[in-house]
Amino acid sequence: MTTKRIVVTGVGASSPLGGTAPESWVSLLRGESGARTLEHDWVAEYDLPVTFAAEARVRPDTVLARPIAKRLDPASQFALVAAMEAWADAGEPEVEPERLGIDFATGIGGVWTLLDAWDTLREKGPRRVMPMTVPMLMPNAAAGNLSLHFGARAYARTVASACASSTESIVNAVEHLQDGLADVVITGGTESAIHPITIAAFASMQALSRRNDDPATASRPCSIDRDGFVMGEGAGALVLETEEHAKARGAKIYAYVVGGGVTADSYHITANDPEGHGASRAVRMALEMAGASPDDVTHINAHATSTPVGDPNEYQALHAVFGDRVDDIVVSATKASTGHLLGGTGALEAIFTVLALRDRVAPPTINLTEQDPEVPFRISGDPVSLGEGAQLAISNSFGFGGHNAVAAFASA
Amino acid sequence: MALTNDEVLGGLAELITDETGIAAEEVALEKSFTDDLDIDSISMMTIVVNAEEKFGVTIPDDEVKNLKTVGDAVTFIVSNQS
Repeated sequence: MTTKRIVVTGVGASSPLGGTAPESWVSLLRGESGARTLEHDWVAEYDLPVTFAAEARVRPDTVLARPIAKRLDPASQFALVAAMEAWADAGEPEVEPERLGIDFATGIGGVWTLLDAWDTLREKGPRRVMPMTVPMLMPNAAAGNLSLHFGARAYARTVASACASSTESIVNAVEHLQDGLADVVITGGTESAIHPITIAAFASMQALSRRNDDPATASRPCSIDRDGFVMGEGAGALVLETEEHAKARGAKIYAYVVGGGVTADSYHITANDPEGHGASRAVRMALEMAGASPDDVTHINAHATSTPVGDPNEYQALHAVFGDRVDDIVVSATKASTGHLLGGTGALEAIFTVLALRDRVAPPTINLTEQDPEVPFRISGDPVSLGEGAQLAISNSFGFGGHNAVAAFASA
Repeated sequence: MALTNDEVLGGLAELITDETGIAAEEVALEKSFTDDLDIDSISMMTIVVNAEEKFGVTIPDDEVKNLKTVGDAVTFIVSNQS
């Protein structure tokens, strides 16, 4: 049996850098930051220790028709907006419903819906809790609603692996296409969890940057004075299909998804394995599936969340795979601009990776002050040309629970 | 002060439009929620919950199945206002 090649034919995003994938990409290349001081009353009401985040630039309920939006948690609204863009970008492929699949992830699910319903219950009693509460808060709500919207009947699956979720979903989509479960898949991930509860909780575990006086420079992966990640929100969606299917319909091809690796640390529920074994294995698996060697890799979109411990752990894991050559590979740590979209982050970074291969330019890593000698990745505050030759890129995502997911992309 | 039939109809039409996107002028007394307005059971319950809050009435679950038309709902709400 020959292995089917999988292509990316459509991308869509709603992110802290823009309401669409092209807008997000252009803002990223310009070196913009999506982080701002939060203007919600609840920031002062609860005296939150962190007063900023990278909110999406366009609220999804301003894009969707109200009867549709009000039946969806914001996480599913972002998912639908991103998926509609990706689907249109792919040219609205004609595909049998039984051959169209959904692999769409989230880290947390409908946290706003759950907590709003809790407030309603406490203030007004059980009768006022809306009948749509459960179908809105469930973690598979995005996948189920995408299936409904696009008429996808092959399957609709949700993985939840915290911040690795949407990269794992993309890897799953590739496997499902190769296994023949579908000809076309809409994949990606979403998150809308900038909520006082999550801010309080992440702050409590000392995971968030405290640079309340300077939100735009707070996310500074690889810098020696980094002090935590910046909460982001939004969704990324990609249309993947078999090369055969894409070519038969004359679709434009952004890039190939050539490999994926998913592993688990079994080390600690939140801390990275300091040796990075699980992360290294995920990279090696992705390269093996791609039939590539570490020497072929020309670009890395790092997970690099700007936490003191996470960034050097990722460097060590990659050094174990690439050796000293890792210092020569052009790396982008795009959370410097976007903040951390949790369950949406891998999909957005996959889109940035795909567009980097298309445009042959690695996006900048902003906010680098003094680079930490423990994280000596080759990063730049400006876009870096990737050159003319064949390109192979990987995008890494790691999540609480010890989840590691890596996707590998090749230029078209 | 008790609301009139027209006032309840207008308020109910707002709730239905908000939930379903159906234009308010489509919402008339003789319209069936299911057959004419194509409102599913979960939307119907959402409208009921919102109507209870808006009009200060209680609509028991057993009563909801008797509310076949917009007019049935208007009559029930008007006659059960506190």
